[in-house]
Parts: sequence; C-alpha cells; structure tokens
Amino acid sequence: METLIQQILNGLVIGSVYALIALGYTMVYGILGLINFAHGDVLMVGALTALQTMMFLMGVAPGMSPVAMLTISLMVAIPVCMMIGYAMERLAYRRLRNAPRLAPLITAIGMSFLLQTLAMIIWGRNYHTFPQLISTTPMQPIEGVFVTPVQIFIVISSALIMIGLSLLVNKTRIGRAMRATAENHRVASLMGVDTNTVIAFTFVIGAALAAIAGVMFASNYGIAHYGMGFMPGLKAFTAAVLGGIGNLGGAMLGGIVLGLVESLGAGYIEHLTFGFLNSSYQDIFAFIILGLVLIFKPTGLLGERVSDRA
Amino acid sequence: MNELVSAVPWLGKRNPMAARWLIIIIAIAAPIIAMQFGRSWVRILDFALLYMMLALGLNLVVGFAGLLDLGYIAFYAVGAYTFAFLASPHFDMHLPFWIVLPLGAAFAGMAGIMLGFPVLRLRGDYLAIVTLGFGEIIRIFMNNLNYPINITNGPQGINGLDSINLFGWDLARNLQVTEDISIHSLYLYYYFFLACVVGSIIFVQRLQISRVGRAWAAMRDDELAAKAIGINTRNMKLLAFSLGATFGGVAGCLFGAFQGFVSPESFSLMESIAVLTMVVFGGMGNIAGAIVGAFTLALLPEILRDVAVPLQQTLFGHVLLDPEVLRMLLLSLAMILMMLLRPSGLIPARARYAHPENLHRSAAE
Repeated sequence: METLIQQILNGLVIGSVYALIALGYTMVYGILGLINFAHGDVLMVGALTALQTMMFLMGVAPGMSPVAMLTISLMVAIPVCMMIGYAMERLAYRRLRNAPRLAPLITAIGMSFLLQTLAMIIWGRNYHTFPQLISTTPMQPIEGVFVTPVQIFIVISSALIMIGLSLLVNKTRIGRAMRATAENHRVASLMGVDTNTVIAFTFVIGAALAAIAGVMFASNYGIAHYGMGFMPGLKAFTAAVLGGIGNLGGAMLGGIVLGLVESLGAGYIEHLTFGFLNSSYQDIFAFIILGLVLIFKPTGLLGERVSDRA
Repeated sequence: MNELVSAVPWLGKRNPMAARWLIIIIAIAAPIIAMQFGRSWVRILDFALLYMMLALGLNLVVGFAGLLDLGYIAFYAVGAYTFAFLASPHFDMHLPFWIVLPLGAAFAGMAGIMLGFPVLRLRGDYLAIVTLGFGEIIRIFMNNLNYPINITNGPQGINGLDSINLFGWDLARNLQVTEDISIHSLYLYYYFFLACVVGSIIFVQRLQISRVGRAWAAMRDDELAAKAIGINTRNMKLLAFSLGATFGGVAGCLFGAFQGFVSPESFSLMESIAVLTMVVFGGMGNIAGAIVGAFTLALLPEILRDVAVPLQQTLFGHVLLDPEVLRMLLLSLAMILMMLLRPSGLIPARARYAHPENLHRSAAE
C-alpha cells in the first residue's frame, strides 16, 4: 500500500513537469502542425542557464536566501529560453512554413542537436550537480510515504502556471488570436490577426514554460547536463499525443497520466515480469503508451481535431 | 551507375564515358591513396562504405517511400547483434558467414515489418517519433538484457566476433599473393564492402524503376491519389520498411564482423541522425545523393579531426572543440542549412520517369 501511494505521488510530481513541457509542444503543434523537436533541449538550456546563474550568485553574494536565488536564476533562464525560442522560429521555422512536410521536421531535429552541441561546448559533457535550493529533506505525511518540499513546490507551481496559461489563452486578446490562428491561418490573417507575431509569441511562451520545467526537473533530480532535455522532451511529446495534440487541457491531463503510468510501471515491473525486467526499463513505458495511443486512438484522450489537416 | 555518372560535376554531362571510368578508378584507387596518409584512413574508408549501405537503405524508406524513420540504426543493431550471437565466443557459436548474413538480414527485415505494422496509419511526423522510440527501446534492451540472463552482455557489449570468411578465405588475414607481396586485410575488407555497395546500388536502382519503386514514388507524392489508382499503400509501406531494414541488417552484420565487437554505444540516436543527415545532405530519393552524402559526411569529420585539432592547438594553445563535438556541430548544421538553403540536397533528385529507357536518356543528356 505504501508503495502504491508513494508511486502515485512520484507520478504526480514528474507528471506535472511533463505537463508543462507538453504544453509547449501542443501549442506549437496546434498552430503550425510542427513537432518542435528542439523543445526538450530548450528545457536543458533553461536548467543549465539557471545553474550558471546560481553559481554566479553563490560566488557574488554567498548569504543570499535560496528563494531569492531561485527567483533570480529563473528571471535569467526564462528570457534566455524565450530568445532561443524566438530565434528558432524566426531564423528557421518561419522560412519553412510552406516547405514540404519533412523539411521543418528535419530542421527541428537538426536544431535539437545543434542546441545540445552548443550546450556541450559551453558547459562541457559532465553531469553538473544542481543546487537543491528548496529543501529535499523528506517528510512523512503518512507512515512509509515520503514527500519532499521541492516536490510539493513543483506540483503547486505547475498547477498555478497551467491556470495562468489557460487564462491567457481563453481570456485575453492575444489568446483569442492564438486560437484563431490555430483554427485557420489564412482566415485569421484576413480578420486582421498578425499571424507571424502570434506564432512567434507561441514559441516564446512555450520556451518560457520549458525553462521553468527545466529548473523543476533539475531541482528534482539534482543534476543537469547537456543531454538532459532529450528524454523528458520525448515523454512530454508522448503526453501531448496522449492527451490529444493541439489541446491544452489534453496536454495537462496527458502529462499527469503519463507520469503516473511511468512511476507505477517502474515500481511494479519487477513483480509483473517475475524479476526479468527491472526499473531500468522505466523509459520504455512512454514509448509503449505512445505506440498504443497512436494505433488505437490517434486523436488522444481529449482531442477532437481530425489528424489529417490539409 | 548512370545517376552517379551524371552527378560528376562538369564531366558527367559532357563525357559520360569518361566520368564513368573516373568513378571506377577512384573507387578502386581510393584505399591505395588513403594508405599514404596512414592505415587508419583505409579503415575510415571501410566505414564510409558501410555508411553508404546504410544511407542507401534509409534512402529507400525516407527518399523513395517518404517515411521518415528516425530509428534506422536499430536495424543495423539487429544485424550486428545477430552476428555477435551466432558467430562469437559469447554463446560459443561460430556459424559460417554465409549463414549468418542472410539470418541477420532476415531478422532485421522482420524487425522492420514488426515496426511497420503498428505505425502504418501514422503520418510523417508521428511516424518519426514512433520510430525514434523504437530505436531507443532496442537500445535500452541491448543495454539491460544482461540480467537476470546474460543475453547482450549489457553496456560492455560482445567481443571477439568472427571475421568475414568467404568460403575459407579469411578477410581478417593479409592475403599472401607471392612470398613478398601481401594485401593488407583492410584492403580486402574495402573491396568486399565495395562489391556489396555496388551490388546494393544496382539492386536499389532496379528497384527504383520497378513497379514497386514507382508505387513508392506515387505514395510519397500523394498517398490518397496513390490509393485511388489502386496501389496497396499498406503493403508498399511495409515493403519499404522491411527492405530498408534488410539493408540495415546486412550492413550491421558486416560492421560486426569488421569491427570485431559490438556494444550499444555504436547504435545511439546520434548514429540514426547521422545516417539521416547523409541522406538529406546528398538529396533525398536519389541514389547518387545517398552515396555522395554518406561519403562526404563520413569522411569530413575525420578530416576535421586531423585538421582542426592541431589548428586549434596552434591558434589557442589548447583544444577548444574536440572532434566529437565538431562532428555533431557539422551534422546538425548540415541538416539545418541544407533544409533552409537547398532542401533537395547536394544532388537533387530529378523527376522520375516510368520507363527505364527514359531514365537512361535523361542521364545521357
């Protein structure tokens, strides 16, 4: 019983990080029909930039309070990622908007590896210890179940961010423009929506979310390195597909569900396969789910969008 | 061959015969020239030939059939591990090369069908992710299947693979022609691989102008229309996947035998991406493109390794960018810039014709 509750809690934590990343995928896909492969690597840049800032702050003002330090490093990481998101859209994807389908996708893969390589040049190949600014001393709300403050912080702040994003998309002027552009580019631009700005804005927002998710991810595991964005990126994409790509609520739901499946799966795989497979196979759950969803319900849990858009 | 000939700059259009001989001479003389720069360069050429086979196979899937496969290296892995299981001290089996090779090809082909079935209905971008996931799953299994039963020997990989033995003629041993003259094993491998690549080129070229190749092209250009004119797109996709995978499997067997050991490290996503870049760089859907792309992008990082490292040492006093970083930088930039500036690749594929005669005519023009 303790294992079950523990794994559910772990699943919720990692699931809410996946959800944040998945939002970036789903927004871009909803508007452009493009899988932005490099999204996971934006996360990595966010985490490493935050790390760099923290190191700097620790050197300059050693007595600074952890919360202030975290806030400042986020304040640096978010704009850096926003700029990367904007630059990717402006320099590469925008030129390929009318190219054949494979071209933007291949470019996105190239982008992903370019970001990884640049990060490797700047930060080296080593794993860096990520300072755990929020306490990681486990608490025991129930006997045998451990929760750390950083995990609580992750769940609460991602919930807040998701609420904020929903408000942005559903209640504001730019949100309406985003929805209009997603529905139909050309008609939206005929109605006076500046679609280029809207698309750039979408990339920027997605990148900001990725930066935050990156800091959360690194804080949770306590490490950061140049290749850290790849797996969460893939899993978040799976989450977006699971929820119904292009659908914001779906991305959130998909993220949580994926997190739960993954941590429950990792917790029980050894029993289920009689010790043949162990938790080092954790990563295959996402791919199996992805395969199953795409075969049986390609529209995802909440998606109603027809998968083939002209 | 014709396509390769017409790809030779300047000469290809004016004097196809001369261009043809030029290619043949270069192909034969390459290892002898490379030997002048050191033995490792012949080895690099051998690997370049393996990459050519991979690029040809991936080109079937991506270029001809228009299915973006990001897990292609998994089939290479299947081939290499088949060879490792059946011809190494690991399970103490030493089956002859001519039995293992078809088996490796068949297993890889089957893996291709297995992957193909579930993903048939997916469109391009989903397909890319699912194949990528497939590649990762294969890698995770290779890494972890050493416990509780040791099958793959985990991250250490498998050592001591048998070398290629062509009816009692061991390619790993230098060939003694006369008492004083012997041909180095690396040359033997080179010419054997060259023969394989030439065979592949002929096969792929015949395939491209066959009924199947035309069906693929139709499917790639417009799937709905292809269905409407009676092409069984499901079977065609499966065929593309399995044939492409077979190429990967054959190349994998050769790789395992040549290198002598296999480990999961050789089959990372980066390698899938590298092969894809070769195809994209050379020109998708184009045999000459795949060949030129593979040749360029297999050799360039090695040349950079030799040039850039000493250059950095003299300029900055230490090495800023190590060769592996340079290779990644080169590949990713090649991919992005090619898509932005010249999406059809170095050697753009021409419109295809239904009849082989026309293909010849267009090549002779």
